[in-house]
Amino acid sequence: MPERHWRTPLDAEKAVRPKAEIHIIKDQCKGCGFCIQYCPKKVLEESDEINARGVHPPRVVDEKECIICSFCTAVCPDFAIFVKEKQCKDGC
Amino acid sequence: MTETEAFEHPFAKYLRAAMMPHIWCSGCGNGIILNAFVHALDEMQMDLNKLVVVSGIGCIGRAAGYTNVDSFHTTHGRPIAFATGVKLAKPELEVVVISGDGDLFAIGGNHFIHAARRNIGIKVICANNFNYGMTGGQVGPTTPLEALTTTTPYGNIEHPFNLVHLAAASGATYVARWTTLHVRMLAISIKKLLQREGFSFIEVVSPCPEIFGRRNKMRTGLEMMEWFRKASVIENFSDPAKAEITPERIVVGEFVDVEKPTYEKLLHDKMAQILKESED
Repeated sequence: MPERHWRTPLDAEKAVRPKAEIHIIKDQCKGCGFCIQYCPKKVLEESDEINARGVHPPRVVDEKECIICSFCTAVCPDFAIFVKEKQCKDGC
Repeated sequence: MTETEAFEHPFAKYLRAAMMPHIWCSGCGNGIILNAFVHALDEMQMDLNKLVVVSGIGCIGRAAGYTNVDSFHTTHGRPIAFATGVKLAKPELEVVVISGDGDLFAIGGNHFIHAARRNIGIKVICANNFNYGMTGGQVGPTTPLEALTTTTPYGNIEHPFNLVHLAAASGATYVARWTTLHVRMLAISIKKLLQREGFSFIEVVSPCPEIFGRRNKMRTGLEMMEWFRKASVIENFSDPAKAEITPERIVVGEFVDVEKPTYEKLLHDKMAQILKESED
């Protein structure tokens, strides 16, 4: 393996990581677990509660970690989760 | 975190609210295919009045009912025959066939190869779940060798179809294969499919944990997806004849991308030419 020299991106000072807003439509979830398994930042986990379909819907562990890749939105077969960028004017 | 009780999903307008939530099993890949399809529609800002979705019999056949566009659920094996009629009568419409492997390649096999040979401008998305899921998991034309199904309890001895090779050999102008884990590539591929003129085909390898997976040591959708993750290899524009699906290796990617004059264009040109000659 070649040695990797990481450097800080030139616009690291200015760049602001967008804040995510994760919406989970709990009663649509069928508990397949794809969103939990394939989240690159492991933002989601299985919750203890039971929804209308008798399964454990996902729960957000740390919303700040989310990078809005929207893989969960794309991989959800039940249209039960989607991510939006948080719209806040004076910094949230 | 915001909890949303109402159905306010960004793709909600592409789905019939009365039909949601759909009846597909937990872990089934059909929902992901529908998701990728409406994602592609959303990104392309398609005119929904110019889109027709046709499906055949099978679990994925319900996709026509779930999409909020003009759609038709045909009899077993006949979605391509119906779509051909729609495309020839109204060439300006975008006709998409979403159906399963049993419907398109077992009972509808001849419709498929001849539509591909004629290069009719319809778009085919095939969900390949390796068996007849809706009727209880019988062996189908795509069941891998040695796989266990209800009608092959000692292992399948029939050689399966290689769908991408079949489509490429029949003359399809765009051929791709993805699994349901390649959601991004699948959505990009569907966008390409919708922009094309000629006969285009995407095979989506889809998990069927309840019917196929449980007899083959993959009880949940996650275990089937893990198989796709470990086994799939992206080999764009490789030889489709070598694009195998085995427990160790699933070759995915785009295989064919060529341009050919479409059947409906040649037909309408010919008709115009004959009319002109008879007038002279």
